[in-house]
Amino acid sequence: MTAKRLVTLTMALLLAPAATADIGSRIWATGGVTTIEGSAGGGLVPWALLGSYASDEEWGGTLALSRAEVDDYTLAVTGAGLNWNNRLELTVARQTLDLDSLVFTLKDGFGLEQDELNQDIFGAKVRLAGDVLYSPWGQWSAGVQYKRQRDFTVPSAIGARDDSGTDVYVSGSKLFFAAVMERNLLVNLTARATRANQGGLLGFGGDQNNSHELMMEGSVGLFLNRQWLVGAEYRQKPDNLGFATEDDWWDLFVAWVPDRRLAVTGALVNLGDVATLEDQQGLYLSLQGSF
Amino acid sequence: MANLNLKFLIVALLSGPMLVLGGCQSLNTKPEDSLYQQLGEREGIANVVEDLLYLIVEDERINHQFKGVDVAQFHDNLTDQLCELSGGPCTYTGREMRELHADMAITDTQFNALAENLILAMEQNDIPTGAQNRLIKQLLPLYPDIRNL
Repeated sequence: MTAKRLVTLTMALLLAPAATADIGSRIWATGGVTTIEGSAGGGLVPWALLGSYASDEEWGGTLALSRAEVDDYTLAVTGAGLNWNNRLELTVARQTLDLDSLVFTLKDGFGLEQDELNQDIFGAKVRLAGDVLYSPWGQWSAGVQYKRQRDFTVPSAIGARDDSGTDVYVSGSKLFFAAVMERNLLVNLTARATRANQGGLLGFGGDQNNSHELMMEGSVGLFLNRQWLVGAEYRQKPDNLGFATEDDWWDLFVAWVPDRRLAVTGALVNLGDVATLEDQQGLYLSLQGSF
Repeated sequence: MANLNLKFLIVALLSGPMLVLGGCQSLNTKPEDSLYQQLGEREGIANVVEDLLYLIVEDERINHQFKGVDVAQFHDNLTDQLCELSGGPCTYTGREMRELHADMAITDTQFNALAENLILAMEQNDIPTGAQNRLIKQLLPLYPDIRNL
């Protein structure tokens, strides 16, 4: 370094001018994106990461709009979240499932005239220990999702026991630096106790099982650079209703995080059989803003 | 003839994994050297550290922690440290990391800010993504010392 630069730097350090740091301080993309249930994670699976970029002395928030269009259904989700000190995440999400083809099944089979199902989800997640980037054992969080049907007619008719339910989960997330082709690998594992049918859109509990069961969910993502993450998710599901079998979900995703304010996620999703309609596959798109 | 082919096949099968292992070994003998070179050796690292210092100066989350620091010495020490960590022919002669940061009460916010600035400084110097990731991996064990955990 030249002497002149040294003087400049020293002066600047002494003066310590104001700078811009109005959005959270966590490293890019470490807030994950907003899942269809509002919690921070991927698309289908919550991760141990807390939403937004708030670090331990900061507040942060997220807003998200998501849409999944599979063969016979369309799911739209609006979600919002707050993060306090990267310790506590509070989220709300409203899901609207357009029944499209199922409308006819419901009308002919059950005499029901309904073309959509609605559900609200209130979530809380606490970071228990660790940091996804810096801790050798990764980051561990526990969360709850309280889910409430807005109209129970259809789920009730097909055998669901309750119009509300609570999922409880524990999640671990760890980023392995320079793990695959010198790229960073993100690994997440979630164990969830749930009695929700199709995530709760078809109510809670049923004739075949009415108690909480433990489901495993996982995802892996590879950061091509700090703006692009590609990966896959898998979510095990219960099968509580005799009315129709319920399959596990999976997806292949690409997330683009150009900066801290915006995240765009696209995915190919496979929801399997949903309420008698077979092999539901399609596209998922999610936009998330952070502040 | 068939017998000969069979023998050749067996030899190939047996030596295949050994070749692969040998390949790994030769890759593993000096991976640090190539990281040091990818960073542009000591001069490249010195440039990264200089840009990092400029970013720190402008970052109100952390610049107060650097007030009163001897900038030239800090630059030399951090350059030596990154050089050594990346496998270069340098020796860090500064104070031990835990002792150095013991009274600074560095928060996660501040640690993240420094990590961000280091990544930005590497980007400004066109350090490839893979080399950035490998260097950060080498720095991870310092986290508990710097945070005084």
